[in-house]
Parts: sequence; C-alpha cells; structure tokens
Amino acid sequence: MSRFLVALVAAAVLALGVIYFYDPGGAGSETLDLARSKPSVNGLYIVAIAPEAEPVETGVLHGWVLTLTAPDGAPVEDAQIEVGGGMPDHGHGLPTSPEMTTYLGEGRYRIEGVRFNMGGWWVLDFTVRAGPGEDTVRFNIRL
Amino acid sequence: MASLNTLARVLVAAAPALLGGCGEDGLSLAEREAVASLSLAALGAVPPSISNKVADDPGAATLGEALFFDTRLSANGAVACATCHDPQRQFQDDLPRAQALGTGPRRTMPLAGAAWNLFFFWDGRKDSLWSQALEPLENPLEHGLTRSGVVGLVARHHRAGYEAVFGPLPAPAVLPTAAGPFGTGSERAAWAGLDETARRAVNGAFANVGKAIAAFERTIPPVKTRFDRYAAALARGEPPEGDAAFSDLEREGLRLFVGSANCLECHNGPRFTDDHFHNTGVADDPQAPAGRERAGAIARLLADPFNCQGDFSDAAEGDCAELRFMLRDGPELERAFKTPSLRGVAQRAPYMHAGQIATLEAVVEHYANAPTSPAGASELRPVRLTERGKAALVAFLKTLN
Repeated sequence: MSRFLVALVAAAVLALGVIYFYDPGGAGSETLDLARSKPSVNGLYIVAIAPEAEPVETGVLHGWVLTLTAPDGAPVEDAQIEVGGGMPDHGHGLPTSPEMTTYLGEGRYRIEGVRFNMGGWWVLDFTVRAGPGEDTVRFNIRL
Repeated sequence: MASLNTLARVLVAAAPALLGGCGEDGLSLAEREAVASLSLAALGAVPPSISNKVADDPGAATLGEALFFDTRLSANGAVACATCHDPQRQFQDDLPRAQALGTGPRRTMPLAGAAWNLFFFWDGRKDSLWSQALEPLENPLEHGLTRSGVVGLVARHHRAGYEAVFGPLPAPAVLPTAAGPFGTGSERAAWAGLDETARRAVNGAFANVGKAIAAFERTIPPVKTRFDRYAAALARGEPPEGDAAFSDLEREGLRLFVGSANCLECHNGPRFTDDHFHNTGVADDPQAPAGRERAGAIARLLADPFNCQGDFSDAAEGDCAELRFMLRDGPELERAFKTPSLRGVAQRAPYMHAGQIATLEAVVEHYANAPTSPAGASELRPVRLTERGKAALVAFLKTLN
C-alpha cells in the first residue's frame, strides 16, 4: 500500500513538473475562442477568415480572405468592410492599416496589409456593411 | 513491483529535463522558443529591395562603397558617410548626436542588418535604404551639398563606375554647379530655374547615387554574437560550452528579457526590433527636443519624390505594400520613435534618439520606472525589477555582442 502511495505521489510530482516545465506561465490554460468562423455580433452575417499563408508569422505583411454569408449560407456581395484590431492586453492597435482591397466572388473578400509585430494575443475586428445592415465581428488570434 | 521499477526508471530518465539539464539550460519550452526566434539562425536571406533594381548588383555595391568612404562628397571635403557611420564602430559614431559639418539633432544609427529595415531614420520618414542615403548629402549639418553638386562630384570622381552601372550621366549643360531644393536662396533659385527635363535628369542621377550606396550597405550583415552561439547550442540540444555558456546572471537576464520585463513587445525577432514606432517617454535633450516624430513623418514620406511609389523608384505599380498599408494616424504615433535593434548594443553608448542616456544600467532603470512622456503618451508600464534583475538584464544585453 505504501509503495502504491509512493508511486502515486511520484507520478503526481512528475506530471506537475512536466506541466510546469512546458508552460511555466500557465499561458496555455487561458481559454480563448480561436474560431475562424462565427456569427457577427447581431447575427446578421456568418463571417469566416483564413490567412493567405499558414502559419501566420510575426513581422510579415500578409493578407487574409474573409468569407461573408447570410445566416442561411447565401454569399453576401457588395459589402463594405473596415478592418481594425490590436492587442487587448497591451492597449494598442494594429501597426498597419489593413484594407479590404478586392472582391473575389462568392462572398469572399481579400484583406491586405496585416502585420502582427509581436507574438501573443491579437484581435482582428471587422465592421461589415451590406444589404442586411451594419454588424461587427471580432476574431482572436494567438501567435 | 515491476511497475514500480518502470516508474523509477521513468523518473530517473525525466529528471534531467525536469531539472533543466541536457542542453536546455534550465529554460522552459516557451523560453527556448523565444531564444530561437531571436537567434540569427531565424533571420532569412537579405530581402529584395523592390524599389532599387541595382540593390544586388556587385558593380553598384563597389561604386556605393567608394561613394560611402569618399570625403570629396561634402561641402568642406572632409565628410563622408563613413564619418558618422564608422566601420570601426559598428558603422556609428559613439556620439550622442551626429557631428559632420554641424551637430545634428539625432543619434547616428548603426548599419548592420539595415537591409531588413522597413523604414529609416528615427521617425521612419524614408521607406528605403537608397532614399535614406540621399538626405544627408543635402543636409547642411551633414555633407552640405546641393543636388546638382552631388551629381557633378560623381561625374568628376566616379564617372566610370557610375556609367558602368547606370549608363550616361546627365550632360554638363544641365548641371549647374550648385542647385537644389534645400540649399541657400541662390541654390534654390538655380534649382527653380532648371527646366523639368533637367531637374528630372539631376533627380534621376541623384537617386542612382543613393541606390549604389544602398547596394553597398546591403552587404553589411548582422554579426554572430555570444547569444547566437548559445541559441545554436540549445537548438542542437547540446549544453552551451565555452563562450557560448551563459553565467547564472546572464541566463536570469535572458529569462527576464523574454518574460516579465516585457522587452519582447518591441525588441523581438532576430534583429531585436519589431520595425515599428513607440513612445517610451524618453526625456528630451534640451538642445535637440523631439517633435511629433512618427506622427509628423507620415505626410513627409507620402510626399517624398524618392519614396517607393515615386518617379525614381523601380517598383512596379502596386508593389509598395509597406507604404500603402502603413499606419497613417493614431495617438500612438505621437512622439513615437523607431525601435532600434539591440544587436551590439552594449558597445554603442550613449543611448536613445539623442544619446540622452549614458549607460545600459540607466536605460534599464528608465524602462523599469516608465516615466510619463513629455508629449503624447508613453506605452511603457512600470516593471518591478530587483537590483539583481536589473544587473541580469544588463548582463544579458552584453551577450548580444
């Protein structure tokens, strides 16, 4: 029995040690919605985003494709899209001024000029204006 | 019993990892990833310079090197690029503010790795190395030449080298001895008196002088440091040995640097810079007070005939994404200065944009205290550091040499 207890304690110590070793700050325990597709705040749209190249790297100017559909799945055309974002933990915005530059068809819009200039938790905010009205959506990105 | 033996063997096997041995030097996975991201091994090849078609032309680099060291390219015959960008001193001058024909308002920047930079000068008012190289030639506190004077001197002293790379220089008829947009009244009048064709010819040759100098400057690489040797050993999973081994204090400084001291917020990547602009609340040198800096540089950069989208750029339509998508306004740009690289920093006192802070110890003190900015808002948040922590950060920064 005592051997069993010793083994149990040793296993627990080992497990905690491994957890600490790989993640001493506990950053990975923070729950962050990293979904790349979600409804906009008022439910007017379903918005999906995908980077033009994976993995997203810090310090590199790059683009994303935003796909805009109505809740019934129909593509939304002729949308005006504004891009914002930043690092909520650090209180600063994006280091560049990204723009929606091209309509690619089938509800897909090209977003250019994004750069994340450090690792960590970033957000990309989109304000969408199209037939159904104005709505916003926020995506979390962890680099 | 058998399972206990197995467990014991697992514990023994895992002990070095738990205790931080075996080439990991006591660092966590996240810390080792940060070390790898800062290492020179993470730096790619020299990026292309889309606005300079001779950026990687060896003939242009040879010409550029000759121009860089030529003191004849100055009003008094005694100032070259190398006067302030001294190759014996990391291509900078160890002075608080640059001294050429006069004393300038800003600290001279080192040149190693400049080919990777996105924007140039402390306020980023230039968007290419070649365009940056032009401004000091016409600055009365630096080389003190006129635009036509620069082209004339190149025609006199570097004609063969220039024409081998760029073709014929403008004919002497379009080169008055002293004409330029920033000179004295008579020099500006002479510039205004030139017809459009002549001005364009002078501007084109002047831009080419910058492109040649840039081709040379692109050959100045970042130097491998003790930190890089330490990082390389870690990447191989070997214990750092010899001069690559860090002392306890240096390792402590490294962990603060990549962790709670928040240094990585700006000094990240293999060049230890995020290529962005920040207000860190550094006090003014009364002789050289800061202006709006990045906030004030945007309009100037957009109007610059030598920018990426200008008539003298070799970039194709739509190529200038950095300029097109740069952040143009926002309160965070007020009094924001470019993040300098920290490579070689310990041998590059004094510090900050006007050399206001004499020592690394005082720089660390500044970041720990996070004083209010004289204008705009400082991004810094105070960092609680012990005296040993401060010494550790300084010890780590000294490994970047």
